[in-house]
Order: sequence, then structure tokens, then C-alpha cells
Amino acid sequence: MRKNQRTVTFNHNPLLKRELPMWRPRFLLLALLAGSLTLTGRALYLQGVNNDFLQAKGESRYARTLEIPATRGRITDRHGDMLAVSTPVRSVWAMPSDAKLEPAQARELARMLEMEVNELNDKLATQRDFVYLKRQLSPELAQRIADLKLPGIHEQKEYRRYYPGGEVSAHILGFTNVEDRGQEGIELAFEKQLAGAPGLRRVIKDRRGQIIEDVTAVRPPREGEDIALAIDGKIQYLAWSALRDTMEQHKAKAGAAVVIDTRSGEILALVNAPTFNPNNRSNLTGEQLRNRVFTDSFEPGSVMKPFIAGLALERGKVKPTTMVDVSAGRMTIGTATISDSHRHNKPMTVAEVIQKSSNIGTVKLAQYFSPTEMWQLFDDLGFGTPLNLGFPGETGGRLRPAKSWKPIEQATMSYGHGISVSLIQMARAYLTFARDGELVPLSLTRVDGEVSNGRRIFSVETARAVRAMLESVTQTGGTATKAQVAGYRVGGKTGTALKIENGRYTKRYIASFVGFAPVSNPRLVVAVMIDEPSAGSYYAGTVAGPLFSRVMEASLRSLGVAPDAPLTPLQLARRQTEERADAATLRESM
Amino acid sequence: MKMRFDAVLVVLVVASALGVISAQHQARKFYSELEREQVRARGLEVEWGQLQLEQSTWAAHARVEKLAREKLGMRPPAQGQVMVVEP
Repeated sequence: MRKNQRTVTFNHNPLLKRELPMWRPRFLLLALLAGSLTLTGRALYLQGVNNDFLQAKGESRYARTLEIPATRGRITDRHGDMLAVSTPVRSVWAMPSDAKLEPAQARELARMLEMEVNELNDKLATQRDFVYLKRQLSPELAQRIADLKLPGIHEQKEYRRYYPGGEVSAHILGFTNVEDRGQEGIELAFEKQLAGAPGLRRVIKDRRGQIIEDVTAVRPPREGEDIALAIDGKIQYLAWSALRDTMEQHKAKAGAAVVIDTRSGEILALVNAPTFNPNNRSNLTGEQLRNRVFTDSFEPGSVMKPFIAGLALERGKVKPTTMVDVSAGRMTIGTATISDSHRHNKPMTVAEVIQKSSNIGTVKLAQYFSPTEMWQLFDDLGFGTPLNLGFPGETGGRLRPAKSWKPIEQATMSYGHGISVSLIQMARAYLTFARDGELVPLSLTRVDGEVSNGRRIFSVETARAVRAMLESVTQTGGTATKAQVAGYRVGGKTGTALKIENGRYTKRYIASFVGFAPVSNPRLVVAVMIDEPSAGSYYAGTVAGPLFSRVMEASLRSLGVAPDAPLTPLQLARRQTEERADAATLRESM
Repeated sequence: MKMRFDAVLVVLVVASALGVISAQHQARKFYSELEREQVRARGLEVEWGQLQLEQSTWAAHARVEKLAREKLGMRPPAQGQVMVVEP
């Protein structure tokens, strides 16, 4: 057979005849076993224990984490009109190493970015990896630039804040920086509420880049809250234009005005001059940025006097008709002498002391009290401590502890020297008279509902008596007849104070007026301040009085407050009976 | 007998698999539609903000006053031109 002819078959291979040492197959077997165990172990390890890395690698092929944008809250006035809105814009940036532009392309890009070609080339010639070409472009223009598809030129989405009111409410609102974070004013004070936090979510994208599945919301976005301010846009504008005109007329260095609603303590208007345009903040100076109403304190002068008169009435030391002897015209306390700016020849009543703003009369009223009693009054009125409205840079003014007062200091403080307050503090303190003796906290934001946490400083009778005195200030014989408002009874007090620089009095003045209207049932407190009026008069009655009158008149009219004084010439206040008669005649004639 | 039963099971499995594919496809289509609409909603929101901005720019008090005074010749009523109506 052919098969048998083969001498060597597999099974009878002579090589097999040779006895192998027993360890060799065993060793091989063990080695193979060990290898396969290692592989299994490694596989188990990667699958079960240390699987994060590979899963992440796998996921990165299809899963993406996307940012969900959140916008900054809007700021509106009390009626919901926009004062500050964020809107998306784009910034164009370049990677200079990639941006190899043809001269024609560079010219085109420079034209669209509204810059010189040289400037553009300089920017692209830097060694840095990242350079902004222009920030905050409109989305339309940015899209046209993107359509050019230039190499190395990229765009990035950002937000920009716009202030439609411009300079009118620049100080109260403040502004944000290029990253849309609050830097000043309300923008900074309410940063927490206004700022939104962008969210994150994980999605699965297909080959074409379309999102096909939402895996998880890693972090939901938090939209910025909208804030409704107490500001009334119309009153704010009217106050601003009145202030601007007064500044021009008196060539003043600075000025400010505040309007407060007595019923709720809401700040309806707050204006400062000089001002700035928050939409274009190049070339800003500190002077323009200062919100004097909150951050500057000054010696208020005679504006302080009514509080001393109020205290004297409240404690029963005097009545409005009590006579005070001011005829000497000067008064010596220790080594210092106090005098009135206009000499009064005969004794006057307490009411006249306020009406004619007599320093000596006020000092005599103050002498009924100890320093501690006066300090307590000032402290109760909120002088010396910031209002804590959250406004950045709020000043508390300066009120030294009663222990350190010398008699002359107590005397000068009674007429507003040696103590300093901010305009907003003074305006708030006048709420005491306007609200029948009660002081309430102020509010920058709209107050819905009742204010309850008022604090009584004077009795109703005292507050009304002082109101009557303050009304006489604006009437014939008073210091501020120019503060009158047609159709309304107004009350208030002038203050003409010397400025202090480096601890010494200068020859420059601050004229102020704080008052309220209508006297019969006060609705508004208006405080105005003019710093260094330098065109003729510096007396508050002629500088601040007319400004007060304009702001008050505009605000009352805007709010539709019913007049409580006859208009001149007298207008008939129509009675219901007349209207009914009118209606009857109307029907008959039809 | 057993063969036929297996065939039925295979057909059912295939049908179910096709069903899953189609359902998944539908879900993805709807999801991308939802996504597009959400993008549109965000876009509209942005546009709304811009329109509000535009409105308040046109309606700025300074502009209204200028137009009223210069174009329409309006002015605040003087004393004596106001009649107060009491309820």
C-alpha cells in the first residue's frame, strides 16, 4: 500500500521518540495560562474598575458639553420703561500666527472694522497668540465679517449693556464693564440679582453636528433678575433738565437733586451734574462719575435749623409764638462770635427765626438742650450713619460724639456747621416733617404695598407746627420766595454754607434747598444742592430756590397731585353740583 | 413544528428591531426640531430686547420734549390756563 510505503508518519515520527523533559510542556502551558489570565484581568480592570478614562474617550467622539447663555437682568423704572438692557454683540479676535491676509483682504477687513489698515496690521504683527481686533460689534456687521471667511479671524459672542436714557440717569444706574459686570451705581449695588449664571448641558451630536439627544442638564442656567427701580422716568428727566439749566445759569461747579415720595420713601428721581453718557465712556473724569447725592457730604448750613426748632417745640421749651431776642446781632460763646448775615433789629418769634433764618435765634433754641440731647436728635434723624441702601460709596457724613462737643460747636451745629451730611440724608430727614413726625427708610426699588417700619421723631402737632414755619419761608418775608410753586403750598428751608477744604473754610459756597409740597398733605420731598454758584448770587434763596420750584412743580404735575392753593388768576374749582348742572344743560341741548 | 415556531420568533424579533430603529429615528428628528425651535425662541428673545431698546430710544424723554417743542410748537400750560377738576 502506498500509505505503508511512507516510512515516517506523524505518530511515528522519530522526533517523538525522543523523550522531552517533563517541565517544558508544563512551562509552556503555564506561560500561556498566565498570559491569558493577564489579558482577562486587564480586560476586567478596564471594563469594571478603571473604566472612566476609556468611557470619556469614547464619549468625546459624540457627546459635547454646551453652555446655555444667561442674560443680565434689565433695569426698568417704576412704570416698566427700560433704563438698562443687555443685548448680544460680537467681538472679533485673531490668532496672528494663522492670520495671513492678502493686502486686499486686510483693506476690506479694516474698512469693516472702521480702523486704519496700518493699525490692523500692527495688531496682527504681535507675537501673542490672541488679540482682540474690535470688541462689541453689532451682530449684523459681525456676520458680514464672518462671511468673508478670513483665515485666523474668529468671533466671540458677548453682551453689551445699553442705556437708552443716556446721561439723564447715568449716576443712579452706574454701568457695567466690558464683561457685563456692574461697576458703579445700581449695576454694582444689585449685581447679585442682575447677573445671570450661564448653565451647562451635555448633548449627543451626530456626524453633521446636529444635536440629537439631550443627556443631562449639568447645571441649569440662571437668568438675571429684572429690577424695577423706584425712579419715575419722567420726573427723573424733568429734574435733570431743570438741574442742567440751573448749572448753566449760575455757572456752578456741580449740582444734585433728589425727589422722594413721602408715602413710601421711594426715590423718584436722583440727578447729578456734571454727568456722563454711559453708552460712550471714553474720557471720563472722576468729577463726572461722582454721585454727589450719596457719596459727598457737606455742611448743610441753615437747612438744619428746623430740626432744632422742632426739638424745642417737642420738649415744650417754646411755642411758635415765643419771642426770642436776636436784636444784638451778634453773640459771644467762649472766644468765638456768632452773627446773623442780616441784622434783625427787634426780637422775633420762633416761627420768624426759621422764616428769616436767624443763626442767633437758633443757637438760643439749641441752648435749651445738652449736647447728648442734640446728638440723640441728629442720630435719630440718621445723620452720621450711612443709609445702607446698598449704594456703593455711600457716606454717613460726620457727626462727632456728644462728649467731645464744645459749647461753641454745639451752637454752630444747630445751624448746620461743624456737622456734615449727604444730600440724601438731609432729604430723608425732611420726611419727618412731611410725614407728620415719622421717619421711614428710603428705597431705591419700587415699593409695592405699605411701608410700616416708620419711626416717630416728633409728635404730629410738632411736625405740623414746623411745616407751617417752613411754609412761611417761601412766603413774603421769608428767605426763599422764589421757591414758590403756582397752585401749591410749599414749605422748605434754604441753606447757604461755606465749603471746607483741608479743614479750613473757603470763600466758596454750597447753596441748598430742601422742602416739601403740598403743605396741607405733603406728597413729595425735594432736595437740591448747587456747588459753587459763580455767576453773581450765591444765596440759596436765589440759586437753589428756583431750581427747587421747577423740580417740585414738574413732579407734582407729573404725578397729578391735586393743588391745595388757588392758582393765579383764580381758577374755579368745579363742584359736583355745577358738573351735574353742566351735564343737564348738555343733555337738554342734545 | 419547531422550525415554524422559530421562524415566527425570528420575524417578530426583526420586526421589533425595525420598530426600535424607526422610533429612535423619529425621536431624534423631533428632538432636533425642538432644538431648532429653542434656538429660534432664544433669537426672538434677543430681538425682543433689541426692540425694547429701540422703543425706549425713540421714546426717550429728551427726544419727545425736543419734538414737542420744536416740531409741534407745544409748551407747558402757563398759570391760568389750567383748570382743576375736582371729583
